[in-house]
Amino acid sequence: MTDCLNTDLLKNEIPDPGVNPVEQFLRSDRIPHIWCPGCGIGTTVNSFARALIESKIDLGSLALVSGIGCTGRVAGYVKLDSFHTTHGRAIPFATGLKLANPKLNVVVYSGDGDLSAIGGNHLIHAARRNIDLKVICVNNLIYAMTGGQTAPTTPDHSTTSTNPYGVFEPSFNLPHLVEAAGAVYVARWTTFHVRQLSRSISEAFKKKGFSFIEVISPCPTLYQRRNKLGDGLDAMKYYKEKSKVRNGAPTSEVGMTMTGEIIVGKFVDRERPDYLTLMKSQYTESLGERFVEQPEMVCS
Amino acid sequence: MAKGRVSIVVERCKACGFCVEFCPTHVLALSSAFNSKGYHPPHVVNPDKCSGCDLCGMYCPDFAIYATKAAGGGDKK
Amino acid sequence: MNADLQKADPRGVLTGVHFMDGDHACCEGALAAGSRFAAGYPITPSTEVVERFAQRVPTVGGTFIQMEDELAASITLQGAVWGGAKAFTVTSGPGFSLMMEHIGYAAMTETPCVFVDVQRGGPSTGLPTLPAQADMMQAKWGSHGDYEIIALCPNSPQECFDLTITAFNLAEEYRVPVMFMMDECVGHMTEKVVIPPADQIDVMPRKHTRKSVEDYLPYGTNGDQVPEMAHAGEGYNFHVTGLTHDERGYPNMTPPVQDKLVRRLQSKIRDAADRIAMFEEEQIEGADVVVVSYGITSRVAQRAIEAARKKGLRVGKLRLITAWPFPEKKIRELAANVKAFVVPELNLGQMVREVERAAAGQAKTFAVSHAGGGVHNPEDILKVIVEASR
Repeated sequence: MTDCLNTDLLKNEIPDPGVNPVEQFLRSDRIPHIWCPGCGIGTTVNSFARALIESKIDLGSLALVSGIGCTGRVAGYVKLDSFHTTHGRAIPFATGLKLANPKLNVVVYSGDGDLSAIGGNHLIHAARRNIDLKVICVNNLIYAMTGGQTAPTTPDHSTTSTNPYGVFEPSFNLPHLVEAAGAVYVARWTTFHVRQLSRSISEAFKKKGFSFIEVISPCPTLYQRRNKLGDGLDAMKYYKEKSKVRNGAPTSEVGMTMTGEIIVGKFVDRERPDYLTLMKSQYTESLGERFVEQPEMVCS
Repeated sequence: MAKGRVSIVVERCKACGFCVEFCPTHVLALSSAFNSKGYHPPHVVNPDKCSGCDLCGMYCPDFAIYATKAAGGGDKK
Repeated sequence: MNADLQKADPRGVLTGVHFMDGDHACCEGALAAGSRFAAGYPITPSTEVVERFAQRVPTVGGTFIQMEDELAASITLQGAVWGGAKAFTVTSGPGFSLMMEHIGYAAMTETPCVFVDVQRGGPSTGLPTLPAQADMMQAKWGSHGDYEIIALCPNSPQECFDLTITAFNLAEEYRVPVMFMMDECVGHMTEKVVIPPADQIDVMPRKHTRKSVEDYLPYGTNGDQVPEMAHAGEGYNFHVTGLTHDERGYPNMTPPVQDKLVRRLQSKIRDAADRIAMFEEEQIEGADVVVVSYGITSRVAQRAIEAARKKGLRVGKLRLITAWPFPEKKIRELAANVKAFVVPELNLGQMVREVERAAAGQAKTFAVSHAGGGVHNPEDILKVIVEASR
């Protein structure tokens, strides 16, 4: 006999935004979303929402920029000033947004392929410049949206649609890359670590400079399935079992393999002057009184 | 009496199983009922065990479940 | 005159009589127009525009950032636009090619901005320091899909100043990326440039919505075809995407929504083609042959036209200031009354195709092509004018 669902919400009732913490940040008219059953992107959005609440960020001055891919669709589901830009170029768009209006808190929310392959150049330069951006990189180890192609983060020996005989390219160690490029805050969690992820995002909001938070997330439909690793829940159990929290670990040691240990934690938390601070200081030094600070770019 | 109560947005659920797995007190199980997309949403099997911790809500990738601290008892709306 | 126009901010206006080249004048035009943001990448022969901007803007109040490539520059400026700035970038052929995806993004998201292309010999690396006009078709068709842009062609440093302001104004009025099609000759030629006082310069402000958060539709139009804009950080919580979207800005990838959106993006410009079109006419009445030219070539053509008139030929001049949307109506009208069009260009035949198309066989069309790297010999244009007059 089929169970009767003992829920107090009617079939089409949208939850009161005041009750479920994440609901106030969602474009409820667009939910259910397109992400697959067991995909972890939605889970990261829960952590993001709680970070927004906890850090008491002024939502009116928050902008979210994404690229193309499954994670790129986050921009379309959050009720914020959100920009779904071109593949790989969320970071330069976000840079323009931030420089034109330094009062904005700009979050870049995008995937591993978008940020480290086509967007790789922009990733390293923004980190180098220490542009004040909070980058949430959801790493599902694959190009999911387009059907499961190899990404620079796909672990060795995985099967993908463009490496049907197994990936033989070494994969990126993103925390290491971004630290070397100059990021001031680097952390990695998985979608199992919902509370820690939320805390990291809150910490990133308090930092001035380029923050990078990698979240390992399941792609059940392509990565998990093609590699016979089960479904999203199996991935979550794997994260639970095989993650090791090592805060402060040297990023050179946090590379990933297909079924090995996943080192998670806050790896880098340092101080460097951000781009706008450096710019202002240089102009002040060189121009003295002739330096005119950028006015409010309100052209209405 | 339960310290918390779970609400489930049946039509959003895609039966990934995260909430069932990660509820620390095993309040939930996937039901044999269907939503209109053909998924089996969870249902509450141990209501008294719910602490209102909302881990289910934090894990749910579909924003389909959340728990609240019960206000002096777990009566329905 | 548009009632919405405002006077230029005097802080950006370098009033006076100057002796400067086109690149520098373009930069001053941008500042006069109210631009306080540029993102660029060095490429000959355009670099001086942003080099000057880098030098000027910290004393005016604004930002210049040299990005790591043109892919970045062309979208960083758009982020700045959504942050509230008037923004532009500057490039030449190879960079223009790299920017094409983002020109399409600007067209699709209706982001007002200016892309300056100081054309040089191509294809590929081509002739970095020598002029050409071979990106004209690319300006219109370079990105994928159906979209419209506006393209302007200055033919002097003075026009590099004046028309840059026009470019920004058109961008704001129509919420469209505007291509400012200079060439290396005009860019590097030094001439007198008069910059008037700020209160004599009209600038078009951002078409900013006055609607409440509840009523505002990011891509809704109220009768006219251009939606109102909001900026990030004002509480509107709007969504912008390059995906086919509806009036809420939400992705809606269905044929009916595609049809509605893309046709509006097209008609927004095409329906206003007559208002946008700018050209210079001379002795068109009673002409047998009309020489249609733009940019530096129009100045060389002037020599040929005068020589032809001395020979007793009835030659009119039509200088295109707006290349896109192409002034079809004007050409069609002229075609009924003239024998032929002569179209000299620093390319192997680009805008001439539009002239021929618009003429629809009613008048002959003669191209005077040039592979680029220099300007025409006026004799070569004259020869064709003579042939066309027979």
